[in-house]
Amino acid sequence: MLNGISINYYLLLSAVLFIIGAVGVMARRNSIIIFMCIELMLNAVNLLLVAFSTLHNDAAGQVFVFFIMAVAAAEVAVGLAILSMIYRNVKNIDTDVLTNLKN
Amino acid sequence: MLGYTITQWLFGILSFLAIMFALMVVFSRNPVSSVLYLVLTFFCIAGHYLLLNAQFLAVVHIVVYAGAIMVLFLFVIMLMNLNEDTEPQRTWLSKIIAAIAGGMLLFVMVGSLKGAGELGLAQYGHSQIGLVKNLGTVLFKEFLFPFEIASILLLAALVGAIMIGKKEIK
Repeated sequence: MLNGISINYYLLLSAVLFIIGAVGVMARRNSIIIFMCIELMLNAVNLLLVAFSTLHNDAAGQVFVFFIMAVAAAEVAVGLAILSMIYRNVKNIDTDVLTNLKN
Repeated sequence: MLGYTITQWLFGILSFLAIMFALMVVFSRNPVSSVLYLVLTFFCIAGHYLLLNAQFLAVVHIVVYAGAIMVLFLFVIMLMNLNEDTEPQRTWLSKIIAAIAGGMLLFVMVGSLKGAGELGLAQYGHSQIGLVKNLGTVLFKEFLFPFEIASILLLAALVGAIMIGKKEIK
């Protein structure tokens, strides 16, 4: 128990959020929505890191979450720049249209 | 109330809201409303951080995610002029396959959780590690080198984003 809630519930919640993100990546075709689902998966992991850091009373987990946030911000900046460049050239960000590498 | 403490009620409500909003991110057809639902999901997760006594992280989470990253998403969606009509849709078959794959992944995860038994037994009433003072001490003593590397990474991402976003590279 941490503040009256078992860590198992946090594990369950993080698993559910992560899987919603994974299903979003599989089920959507818009690249931006796929990006947002990746953010959702990152946040599920962050939540679990904070929960375990509180459980073990160790600040390293929370510091790790900071680094994940920094990397996520960098990833989003570069990724969205690439997407807007693709949109400028192809006029589309549908993942089923961007299949140049296929053949 | 029904034998639950206020913390447990808050946890339940926040979890329910977070999962609902996360589902709405995936299911809503309009990209702009997807972004707004994701912002609401992030607020729910920030509430979870507050429950875990990680106040500083909750504030940083709201500022960085809801304030910076999601605004970036909104700007890009606005630039591309995306809306419900331009939204590409997968066929129902592939949507169902994605749902089944996700359900099986959830099944595996919950199954492994079941075997783990009760993990968190120790009671940490008021953890102080989430406060700015303690986090700052740890960040600037033990994790100073990774912190500097992260700043270089952000600088590189900044330069990279500008280079990619330029009209034409000369």
